[in-house]
Amino acid sequence: MKIELSQVSRWYGNVVAVNDVTMTIGPGVTGLLGPNGAGKSTLLHMMAGFLAPSGGTVTLNGDRVWKNHQIYRNIGLVPEREGVYGFLTGWQFVLSAARLHGLSDPEQAARKALATVEMEEPKDRRVETYSKGMRQRVKVAAALVHDPPVLLLDEPFNGMDPRQRLHLMDLIRAMGTAGKTILFSSHILEEVERVAQHIEVLVAGRHAASGDFRDIRRLMTDRPHLFMIRSSDDRKLAAALIRDPSAGGITLRPDGLEVQATEFRRFARLLPKLAQAEGVRLHQVSPADEDLESVFSYLINRSTG
Amino acid sequence: MNTVVAAITYRALLGRRRIVLLLLLPLALIALAVLFKLVGEGDQRTTVLLLQSFALSTMLPLLGLIAGTGVIAPEIDDGTIIHLMSKPISRPVIIRTKFVVAVSLLALFATVPTYVAGWLLVGNEAGIAAGFAVGALVAGIAYAALFLLLGVITRHAVTIGVIYALVWESLVGNLVPGARRFSIQAWGQSVAGQITDSPFFRTDVTLGFAVPALIIVTLAGVFWAGRRLRGYSLTGDE
Repeated sequence: MKIELSQVSRWYGNVVAVNDVTMTIGPGVTGLLGPNGAGKSTLLHMMAGFLAPSGGTVTLNGDRVWKNHQIYRNIGLVPEREGVYGFLTGWQFVLSAARLHGLSDPEQAARKALATVEMEEPKDRRVETYSKGMRQRVKVAAALVHDPPVLLLDEPFNGMDPRQRLHLMDLIRAMGTAGKTILFSSHILEEVERVAQHIEVLVAGRHAASGDFRDIRRLMTDRPHLFMIRSSDDRKLAAALIRDPSAGGITLRPDGLEVQATEFRRFARLLPKLAQAEGVRLHQVSPADEDLESVFSYLINRSTG
Repeated sequence: MNTVVAAITYRALLGRRRIVLLLLLPLALIALAVLFKLVGEGDQRTTVLLLQSFALSTMLPLLGLIAGTGVIAPEIDDGTIIHLMSKPISRPVIIRTKFVVAVSLLALFATVPTYVAGWLLVGNEAGIAAGFAVGALVAGIAYAALFLLLGVITRHAVTIGVIYALVWESLVGNLVPGARRFSIQAWGQSVAGQITDSPFFRTDVTLGFAVPALIIVTLAGVFWAGRRLRGYSLTGDE
């Protein structure tokens, strides 16, 4: 099964949340990566039939998604918002999902789904007594109860402890390997590349990059990096660095050197060698722009430039 | 009708503090009826006054508001409605189910107490108890549809509902006779007036107007709510 987005845009008044996105999500695990506010949830809601595109089309195997409740036979949705009835027990919640799908053996399906997310033991407690991670897992169980070929998860790892996170990652990977079409959104690159074979990057509503995780990692690694360096002799180190093309620009500041490295890998190898040769002791080498926002802003400038 | 949707809706409404609100007014009505009976005011005039000005004019619209908006608005607010909407069930079916739940609650918490209060005071005399019970039922059906619709189209359903029920129907309706033609409460009273022949009860909206109006408000409310839910958009934090 595949989800196809063709020139999809969504705006709220004058604010453009998603801008002319075309992509196809096929079998396997796809990560939708982007900083907070990039439009990931908006895009995911349009894929899940919970938001009408302002322009373009979203289809599931050729069928229009918007205002078509039949798609939910094939889609399992794990929304980011809690969306769980606190007064029901985990068992009642998942069982209700199975019954709403009209499954022939809802009890069996609910048992299986709860076992998949390791929630058999606390299943008879009310959902309102669950931790955030447990609620997340019970939502995943409800989304999986009808064994859908397509699974959409909005920031599924939020609020999970490391063990639960690893378990859900294994589960998603296994389902992807089994041929299900899985899309999950996240703002954490490490999270996405551990699970997804394919990554779609969304920045400021635009489709900034697409490829397997190696491509995306390379894009992010090979961009210009900004380093703050403090050493025993900043001036001497600057003079040595400026001779190499991998150091694009150097600024001597009172508290150290600011170096713009145009070729990350070459620069990373060069710096210690050079310091050693010049007899300069390095006190501190720290990336000044390693936050995700600057990585994304580089990507978006690259895609629009 | 979908039984799973109905079961979840009943639990959501009856399991929360809302049930206290649903019980409070009918208990007050029956307590007042008992009180009147005890002080020897159990006559037709008092009964009509109690049922007209408390049961139909105050209790019913407020219960209609609690039940009509309560079956859907909290779920839309906290996002739990997505659990129902991400299933292969048509959205109008979800609405119709929730409408039936609201009507059943109004029948239990408004119609039955209205009948009991009337019966306690005058028995089956002049068809007062039955008349007002039927009036409460038909008006309750229309209120359920109207307030369900409000619950779907606005986050301020309760405020708008209170303004409609208390300001428009009670205040304006009492001061401006023409306004009563556009009042669910007045339509319910017209139906009640057809069944009771008590000389103490007069209605000022004709049955020929009230019955079609009740039907139109009910059908249009349920239909429109279904349409609105079908185009329901989930807007994230972004």
